[in-house]
Amino acid sequence: MTTDQVNNLREKVLWVWRETLAIHRRAPETRLASSLSVIEIFVALYYGGVLKFSASSPLDEERDRCIISKGHGSICMYPILADLGFFAMEELQNVCQTGSFLGGIPDPVIPGYETVNGSLGHGLGVATGIAIALKTKKSDRSVFVVTGDGELHEGANWEAIMFASHHKLDNLHLIVDNNNISMLDYTDSIVSHSNLLERLTSFGWDCVEVNGHDVVAVLNILLEKKNKSRGKPKAIIAKTLKGRGVPGLENESLSHIINPKPELIDELLDRESEL
Amino acid sequence: MSIKPLAMRDVFLEKIWQEMSVDFLIFFVSADFGSPVLDKIRRDFPDRFINVGIAEQNLINITAGLAIEGYKVFAYAIAPFITMRCYEQIRVSLALLSEVRPMNVNLIGVGAGYSYVVSGPTHQCYEDITIMRALPNFQVLSPADHITAASLFDGCVANTGLRYLRFDAQVQPILYPLEAPTVSDGFYLYQKGDKVCFISTGFMTHTALKVAEKINKIGFKVGIIDIFDITNFTREGLKKVLESYSAIVSFEEGFRGRGGLDSMLFEFIAESELNLKTLSIGVDPGYSFELGSRNEIHEKVGIGTESAVKKIQPFVQTIMKKS
Repeated sequence: MTTDQVNNLREKVLWVWRETLAIHRRAPETRLASSLSVIEIFVALYYGGVLKFSASSPLDEERDRCIISKGHGSICMYPILADLGFFAMEELQNVCQTGSFLGGIPDPVIPGYETVNGSLGHGLGVATGIAIALKTKKSDRSVFVVTGDGELHEGANWEAIMFASHHKLDNLHLIVDNNNISMLDYTDSIVSHSNLLERLTSFGWDCVEVNGHDVVAVLNILLEKKNKSRGKPKAIIAKTLKGRGVPGLENESLSHIINPKPELIDELLDRESEL
Repeated sequence: MSIKPLAMRDVFLEKIWQEMSVDFLIFFVSADFGSPVLDKIRRDFPDRFINVGIAEQNLINITAGLAIEGYKVFAYAIAPFITMRCYEQIRVSLALLSEVRPMNVNLIGVGAGYSYVVSGPTHQCYEDITIMRALPNFQVLSPADHITAASLFDGCVANTGLRYLRFDAQVQPILYPLEAPTVSDGFYLYQKGDKVCFISTGFMTHTALKVAEKINKIGFKVGIIDIFDITNFTREGLKKVLESYSAIVSFEEGFRGRGGLDSMLFEFIAESELNLKTLSIGVDPGYSFELGSRNEIHEKVGIGTESAVKKIQPFVQTIMKKS
């Protein structure tokens, strides 16, 4: 990867972070913190050449499928999809407004969204069905699914996790935004995911941990895993910080339901900050 | 030549097996639930047969994933499990997602009502009509014999949509020996009558026939409608038939007054501005662990032939007197 490519990715991360803050400033009904932990993951997927997609034909048969399962926590996808041409950039001004298709939780009416994500714990299972379908079609396209770690408390995920390794679905990529915070507390204080890597590995997955805020590291792992077929589904556990970059939000146990003051957001947006 | 009654699932699965050899888009997904015909499906089409194990949530998720990729999916499990264990998966990734992603999904639930007689309330199913008809985009199909069940198959393969097929686990007598009812009607006027019409679904159509015979013996000939499409029957057609009656009696092997067939019919009557008195024959709401034959249990919960006659006879007499 050239220095320019690295710089571009980092600039994109900062731009998405700022746009996500701006969306939340205009639409405080959105949940901010869980969208800030996952930005590098989506930037790597969409700008790093991992995903094959067509903005003008979002359901093109030759696309890789990206299932965004994080519900509230994927508002940061709005600027990304707009920037890539899935819909007009002006739509970002209308989030949560009457008549807009961009709500507090993304719905599959949004170009670029594949499934229903508001209710947590559905994405991985449906992605697994898609992975089987692609294998049956002899397609060489892949399925990526981005989940939070809190939603891995839902048992249906583990039905899919067992199933995917049994069926050797090496076209299935799970990326866990492992920010260790659910709505009310740290997941380690609720039902711990501290040994997620060991758990997924023991379930037969090819599993690796990465610093989820190092966009280059995330991208390199994604590319490496995508191009390596070893007869196993793949999981990337991205260690992240919920509410990243926002004082009072970052890594706060209740950050999911805390709205930063508008003045704080304005101040952050004015600042030529780096994450 | 008389036709031998068969299990609905055997006949339906046989049709799936036949079609799978010419329609390569058909997938069959089971939650560790079988039948002799299923053995042929998994033997002959291992690439399009999946047993997800005892995991109904995953059954529906896998089904949804296959279906949005263009496969026609038949998902198969015991009725209470394929509807209630995974209801939110059905709601979110089938009913809701189908608003924007067209799909062809057919959930086959075996074990309507008390068909699993000795297995008790976990395996019996008295709530499925209620909860499945609550979901927009779902068609709820409830045949009374294997002829009707088989006749539903072509529509399942040909049409995009979501369907729940409620099959009895036991072999039921044949209602339609000569010709299957017209699928698109969704109901069949089995017998014309005077003033009072029975409207029944599934197993209870056989009970309705027995009850009608007994009521006939005391001098009243009632109409009998077998309704096998609870959601998408032709509303104008049913309205036209019912216009000549003064009362209906609904028959279902599900809880009475809890949103099932009776509720659907009462809503239909109100919407259609039909002037009809109503009586509901359904399971007294409650769970029982008592063992017995299906008929014995039916009598205990208020839907057996004798207990139905007891409720219906005074109702019919009142209607006849009024007119």
